[in-house]
Amino acid sequence: MKHVYGWLLLTPAAILLVGFTHYPAAATLFDSLFSTGTVVRPSRFVGLGNYAALADDPIFWQVLGNNFWFALGTIPTSIALALLMAIWVNDRLPARALVRMAYFTPTVLPMIAVANLWLFFYTPQIGLLDQIGAFFAAPSHNWLGDPNTALACTMAMVIWKEAGFFMIFYLAALQSLAPELEEAAKMEGASRWYFFRRVTFPLLMPTTLFVMVNATINSFKLVDHLFILTKGGPDNASSLLLYYIYQVAFSFFDTAYASTLTVVLLVLLAGLAVVQFQLVERRVHYR
Amino acid sequence: MSAAGRRAPLLETAAAWLLALLWLSPLLYAFWAAFHPAEFATRFDLLAPLSVENFAKAWTYAPFARHLLNTVILVTMILSVQLVLCTLAGYAFARFDFAGRDIAFGFVLVQLLIMPEVLIVENYRIMSRLGLVDTILGIGLPYMASAFGIFLLRQTFKTVPRELEDAARVEGCSFLGVLWRVYVPLARPTYLAYGLVSVSYHWNNFLWPLIITNTVNTRPLTVGLAIFGAPESGVDWGVISAGTIMAVAPLLVAFLLFQRQFMQSFMQAGIK
Repeated sequence: MKHVYGWLLLTPAAILLVGFTHYPAAATLFDSLFSTGTVVRPSRFVGLGNYAALADDPIFWQVLGNNFWFALGTIPTSIALALLMAIWVNDRLPARALVRMAYFTPTVLPMIAVANLWLFFYTPQIGLLDQIGAFFAAPSHNWLGDPNTALACTMAMVIWKEAGFFMIFYLAALQSLAPELEEAAKMEGASRWYFFRRVTFPLLMPTTLFVMVNATINSFKLVDHLFILTKGGPDNASSLLLYYIYQVAFSFFDTAYASTLTVVLLVLLAGLAVVQFQLVERRVHYR
Repeated sequence: MSAAGRRAPLLETAAAWLLALLWLSPLLYAFWAAFHPAEFATRFDLLAPLSVENFAKAWTYAPFARHLLNTVILVTMILSVQLVLCTLAGYAFARFDFAGRDIAFGFVLVQLLIMPEVLIVENYRIMSRLGLVDTILGIGLPYMASAFGIFLLRQTFKTVPRELEDAARVEGCSFLGVLWRVYVPLARPTYLAYGLVSVSYHWNNFLWPLIITNTVNTRPLTVGLAIFGAPESGVDWGVISAGTIMAVAPLLVAFLLFQRQFMQSFMQAGIK
């Protein structure tokens, strides 16, 4: 009976999971081996043809590179800020609850709303950034329209959005550290910075690794802001892999190629999952 | 501590406050722009007259009421189905030793990695086959069986002592009765945490709703806001800020009221 009951209870969830996760994932792989069908030319088997096209697609390599720089530009900075915030908020600070709330608030806002607010900072001439620039007599700059600054502008916004979220993991880890450590360090006359460098930071390493892997996975999923800020432009300078998939599928209607790109994304995410799993296995993540 | 050590906290306090102010400034600016006439949007003047005209304009420029209704329907529908499905599946994984359980659990966990927004191409195709394009059900369906929810409830149910279940059985409870009378009440904190995460996630979700909806009748707030706030729409800053504030207000107010609960729930969601 336990077999029947077990499966009966699981069935409703299983149907939806298979239908919208496992089946589409398998279908993506299958579709990547076919050409996109049109009215005149029906879809046909092309083997690895789409993958060959992908290897020759400069935009694919560009958005993959952007993803890399995006991850490199946002993750270490937001982690460092998160750690700083957590240490401050963990101290006995006047108006501590208010400060903590300020750091965390961006986390609960939708990316679209955040992008709407930040768009204003970057607007040429009337935007905040240019107004500050004008104060120092710097020339006006089209921050989001310049391929050299567009990606960096989106990164600044994402750091603002993510740091407060990572802070709560550090805060929990800091609160679980033994207070005797700090007392002992004080007795020995260790400076605050020395104590942080030699005791706190190494003890927080599991949290740092955990946050890092999660942040990397997140960096492949964060694309909402592009719809408002840059549309991936100029010339794909700020585009990311998932946004490119969206464009190929729903603007260029090349579903087979979009499936091929999705396979790449799935492989990248699977690789990160293996790393994440190994961290869990070694029990170095936060509990 | 030395004299230098005592001064550091003061400096740090100032720095912490400064960073907090910097972190709040985009929101504070949005409030400034929304509550003042357009000519003060880029000019700071403490004596600038207050006005709610921007909110009135935003309300008429975009069908906010409709988007709000769609979002409320969407998050309510997703959460209620999630709670039922995840409770049943979590109970099965926690307490029934059925054949293939561990493999099935492994398959469930795959969804933690492959979130529905990664599979937009195929899921759109499935929805058009099912005739669910441009329906609120179509937005919600891929999210209803949530691996995170199943995992969370399985963990919680596992901590319930077997003796409680046995006692309820002796009293004549069926296995669903045990679930309803023993497990569900004991898992209340987990339900609350999961509910907060689910509601905030779907209130804020954008990419999939954008793809699957075409009309005002189904578009949630985020999609409506994106169309409304896009630079090409030519709407001025005060009005965009007002619209943005209206869209985030319900969630923001909830967060301000239940800060601690929000932070704990988000942390649980991150750890999994």
